Amino acid sequence: MRQKITKYLPLLALIGVFFMNSGFAQDLMMVRSKQAFPEAMTDLQNAIIKHGYKISRIQRVDIGLTKAKYKTDKYRVVFFGKQDEIEKISRDYPDIIAYLPLKISIFAEGEQTLIVGMNPEKLSEFYPQAGLQLYFKRWKHDYQSIFDGLVK
Amino acid sequence: MNRISFNTKMLAMVLLLISVGGVYAGINGKSLYQHNCAACHGDGGKGGVGVPLGLESFQVTISDSYLFSTIRNGRPGRVMPAFKRMSDAQIDAIIKYVRRFVKSSKKSIRVTYSSKSIKGDIKAGAKIYKKNCAACHGANGEGGKGTGVTFSRPRDLPIIAPALANSGFLKSASDSMIKQTLVKGRKGTPMVSFLQKGLKMKDIDNVVAYIRSFEKLAAANEKKLLHDAKEKNLSPVIKVRSEYDLKTTVANLQKAVAASNYKLIRTQYLNQGLVEKGKENKKQVILYFCNFNQLNTALAIDPRVGLFLPCRLTVAETKDGVFIYAVNSSRLSQLYNNAELSKICGAMRVTYMAIIEEATL
Repeated sequence: MRQKITKYLPLLALIGVFFMNSGFAQDLMMVRSKQAFPEAMTDLQNAIIKHGYKISRIQRVDIGLTKAKYKTDKYRVVFFGKQDEIEKISRDYPDIIAYLPLKISIFAEGEQTLIVGMNPEKLSEFYPQAGLQLYFKRWKHDYQSIFDGLVK
Repeated sequence: MNRISFNTKMLAMVLLLISVGGVYAGINGKSLYQHNCAACHGDGGKGGVGVPLGLESFQVTISDSYLFSTIRNGRPGRVMPAFKRMSDAQIDAIIKYVRRFVKSSKKSIRVTYSSKSIKGDIKAGAKIYKKNCAACHGANGEGGKGTGVTFSRPRDLPIIAPALANSGFLKSASDSMIKQTLVKGRKGTPMVSFLQKGLKMKDIDNVVAYIRSFEKLAAANEKKLLHDAKEKNLSPVIKVRSEYDLKTTVANLQKAVAASNYKLIRTQYLNQGLVEKGKENKKQVILYFCNFNQLNTALAIDPRVGLFLPCRLTVAETKDGVFIYAVNSSRLSQLYNNAELSKICGAMRVTYMAIIEEATL
């Protein structure tokens, strides 16, 4: 019996480690920052850059709405990516092009700020090609790290 | 060999202990709430996209089992997801934490309800419901429109009337709890005490019986949602081949976008902003466009809708020809658990198809 337990110990440990790190990741990743919008926006941009991405554009959704005479709070969409990755993926797997570059939306909720993104691992359900899976996993990891850093 | 084996076992043991520690540390209501609930329900349960859990009048009429079932089953089609992978202990820890939001003068605000069904006249209940409840909860119990926080309504309303014809709600709320809510109302929300408003206990029983009769409708609603979600064969992307060259296809799309009552925001290359100016890949072009009225409506229904923003079509010249790509909004909308938003996304998909068709004729 003791031998059997010892035999399966490494497996049990691996299972344990898996569950230790498993969250309850939904298809949408969402965090609340206690900071007001301008500070949270700055932090988001810095976090994206810190993770090795370049911000390609910031879409000011609220500006467009305000110009069209609608009432709105601050709402932006941040587009980002890595040049080599975007070029390689869009060339080798053009069907994923509509999902590139990556994006995270950020909007004010009173004195706090909400940040939302699609869990990049969801893309593996859409695009099961083996060559893409490592990208999805890393993006998910980076999103998680970026989002975790914004909870303050 | 023995030495290696011993080291492996020791390492495994250490990993196991760390992992057990991690799981143990994971059962921390505050931490679980912050990671899984606070984004929607706010710090201290102030509410936001989700309902204000810290409202005293809410907490004094709900039982722990109601909260447990709500977390476990969610509200199909009404934003609140089902946390199927959480352990019972973790859900209990969240409930314990949520209960701390209200500092009541009473020793305990926790209530328990009988699971016995309340008998009543469904037809009579329907009449009362139509007169007193339908305006907020919907003629068929579909609930109020939108989420907790929207851009289109004042923020002083803390809550959107819940959907009563929802399997998640009906699984979670016992007849006694529904009755108690009707009797007491919820101070700080538009839900008033119907006893004070003049209904008799018998009338309230009839309304409870009518609400319980939504179960069939709720099951049908859920079945439809599951059916929609099962459309996994729906491609994540709309892809149409263009018989024109890239330049003409882009020009045709620009015209078709304007003709469909959308404002063209900009036309740019896919890797623009990522590469040095002038070195963009000219064979991958994005058109961004918007209809602000539609956008405002979508944000009112679900402020998390940023993943769809702005509307976009991508044209790419590949070795197989020129193709137009768009995110299939019907597929992506499944991420939101929001039936109302899914309807808009379905319409958006039709619009994309019409624009593409117009441009590629």
